Amino acid sequence: MSRDPKQRKKRLDRGIKVRSGDIFVLTSWREMLYVLVPRVLPMLFILVFILVATPYWKRVLVSMAMTGILALSWDLLVSTGLVSLGQALFFGMGAYVAGTLNHAWGWPYWATIPIATIGGGLICTLSLIPVLRLRGIYFAMITLVLPLVLVRIIEATKIFGGTEGLSGLSTFHYAAEELGISLLAFAAVLFGFRRLMGTDYGLVLQGIRDNDLSVISAGINIYWYKAQALFLAGSVGALAGAFMTHAYMFVGMPVFALDYSILPIASAVVGGMGTLAGPALGACILVPLSEALRAMGPLRVVCYGLFLVVFTVAIPEGIFPYLQRKYHQFEYWVKVEV
Amino acid sequence: MKAFPILEVSKLTKDFGGVRAANQVSFDLREGESLGIIGPNGSGKTTLANLISGFIRPDEGSVRFKGKEITGIMPHRIAQLGLSRTFQMARPFYHLPAYKNLVIPLFSPRVRRLSGGKYGDRDATAIDLLEEVGFERDSFVPFKPASVLPHGYLKRLELARCLAMRPELIILDELFSGLSMAEVSSTVPIIEKIQSEGKTLIMIEHRLRELFRIVDRVMVLNYGRKIAEGTPKEVMESDAVKEAYLGSE
Repeated sequence: MSRDPKQRKKRLDRGIKVRSGDIFVLTSWREMLYVLVPRVLPMLFILVFILVATPYWKRVLVSMAMTGILALSWDLLVSTGLVSLGQALFFGMGAYVAGTLNHAWGWPYWATIPIATIGGGLICTLSLIPVLRLRGIYFAMITLVLPLVLVRIIEATKIFGGTEGLSGLSTFHYAAEELGISLLAFAAVLFGFRRLMGTDYGLVLQGIRDNDLSVISAGINIYWYKAQALFLAGSVGALAGAFMTHAYMFVGMPVFALDYSILPIASAVVGGMGTLAGPALGACILVPLSEALRAMGPLRVVCYGLFLVVFTVAIPEGIFPYLQRKYHQFEYWVKVEV
Repeated sequence: MKAFPILEVSKLTKDFGGVRAANQVSFDLREGESLGIIGPNGSGKTTLANLISGFIRPDEGSVRFKGKEITGIMPHRIAQLGLSRTFQMARPFYHLPAYKNLVIPLFSPRVRRLSGGKYGDRDATAIDLLEEVGFERDSFVPFKPASVLPHGYLKRLELARCLAMRPELIILDELFSGLSMAEVSSTVPIIEKIQSEGKTLIMIEHRLRELFRIVDRVMVLNYGRKIAEGTPKEVMESDAVKEAYLGSE
C-alpha cells in the first residue's frame, strides 16, 4: 500500500555542449545568448548606473573597480595555492612607485601607472621569492608582516615623505577619463585572468594548488610557475595602487594599511574564492554597500559586519558559484512514491 | 644493449632523527628489467623511492640514472630525464576532470622535447592515455572531476599521469594497495604491456603473489637495510626474509 505521493525537487545540469565556452559549439542565437548574458548583463548594469549616478557615486565606482582588481589579484594567488594576507604590499608598492615618480620628476599618470604596474610587480615578486617554498599559513604570515614592516621603515627613515606622505600629485584631466580607464582595466583583468586560468598554463597553476608534488613529478618547476603567478598578481595589485594614487593625488603610509589586505579577502569570501568572477562580484557589492551605509554613522561598521556574517553563513560557497550553479541547472518537482 | 645499467644506486643512506630509513642500500637495474621491492611496514621502501626520485636528499650515497649523477638535483629535473613515479596515496588534481589531470604532465617540457617542439592536441592525447589504463572511452568517466572518481580509477589515473611523461624508468609505489582482486587482475595486463614496450620498472608492493608474476627480480628491505635480493623464488626461500616477515624463533 502506498502512502500519499510526496514531491521531491530534482536537479539536472544542462548539457556540456551548451555550457562549453568555446565558439565552435555555438550554433544558435539561443546558445549564444545563454553564454553571453551572464557576461554582458553586469556590464550593461554598470553602464546604466553611470548614466544616473552623481559625481560622488562615480568616484565610488572607481574605488570599486580598483578594489575589484585587488581582489582578482588575491584570487589568482589563491588559485595557485598561495594564500596572501598582504595585498596591501602589492597595492602600496604600486602606489609608492607611481607617487615617487610623479613627485620627484613630475611624470604624467600615463607613464607612471604602467611603470608602477611592472616595477611594483617586479619588486613584490623579488621580495617574496625567498619564501616561495613556504606553503599555506607560513606564506600567509610573511605576506601579512611585510607591509606592516615597510610602514615602520618609511616612518623611521622619513623616506618618500615619511609620515606626511607625498601630496599634490597630478591627477586625471577629466572625471570620465578616470572612470573609463578604471572600469576598462577592471574588465580587462577579470576576463584576462579568467581566460588565463582556462588555458593549460592556468591548469598547471591550479595543479600546484591541488597537489604540488604531482606537478613536480610532471617535470615542471613549480617555483618558477609560482613566481610567475606572483608577478601577475603583484603587477595587477600594483596597478590598483598606482591608479588610486593619482585618483587621490596623494600617497602615504595608509596604502600599506591592513584595509587593503582584508577588503580583497572579504570580497572573495562573499563572492566565492578561486573563481575570479566571484571576488570581482564581491567587490562590486561590498564597496558600494560600505558607501551606502555611511549615512548610518557609527552603526555603519555593525551593519557591514552583520552583512558579512549573514552572507558567509547563508551562502558559504559564495554568491558567484551559487548563481552559476543555479544558472546551469534545471529544477523541477517530481512525484515520488514513498 | 639490455645489459646497460639504467639505474645505479650505491650506498644510499638517510636518517630521520634517530631512525635510519635507508642504510647503505645499493643495487643496479638494467634497461628493460623489472625490480620488485618488498619488506615489512616501515622498512624504508617509500623512502627509497623518494630518495631515487629526488624528493628527499640522501645523507650519503649516490644515484646514477642513464650514467648521469642525479643525487641531490631538483625532483622536477629528475622527472624531465625520464624517471617517473606514482605516489602511494593517490594524488590527483581533485578540482580538475580526469582527463585534465593528464594535461598537466603532457604540458611538461620533456613531452614537448620528445614530440619535436610541438605539444599536439593535449586533450585528445589525455583521453587516449586514459583508455590505455582502462578508462572507458565512450562514457563520461574521463570527464568527471577526479574528486568523484572511485579509488580504483584514481590509482589508474596515477599510472596514466606517470605514462604521460613518456618515462624510461617508472617507480610504482604500492599501485595495488586498496584495489579489489578484480581491479588488480585488470591492472596486471596494463603493467605487462608497459614491460613489453621495454620500459624499466620498480614496483613497491605488499601484494606478493601478483608482484612475483610480474617482476624479474626482487629486493627485500628491513629497517632500511637490504636483506636479500634475487629471483622471487630465491628470495622466498631465504631465511633472512622469513625472519623479517614472520619473526625469529
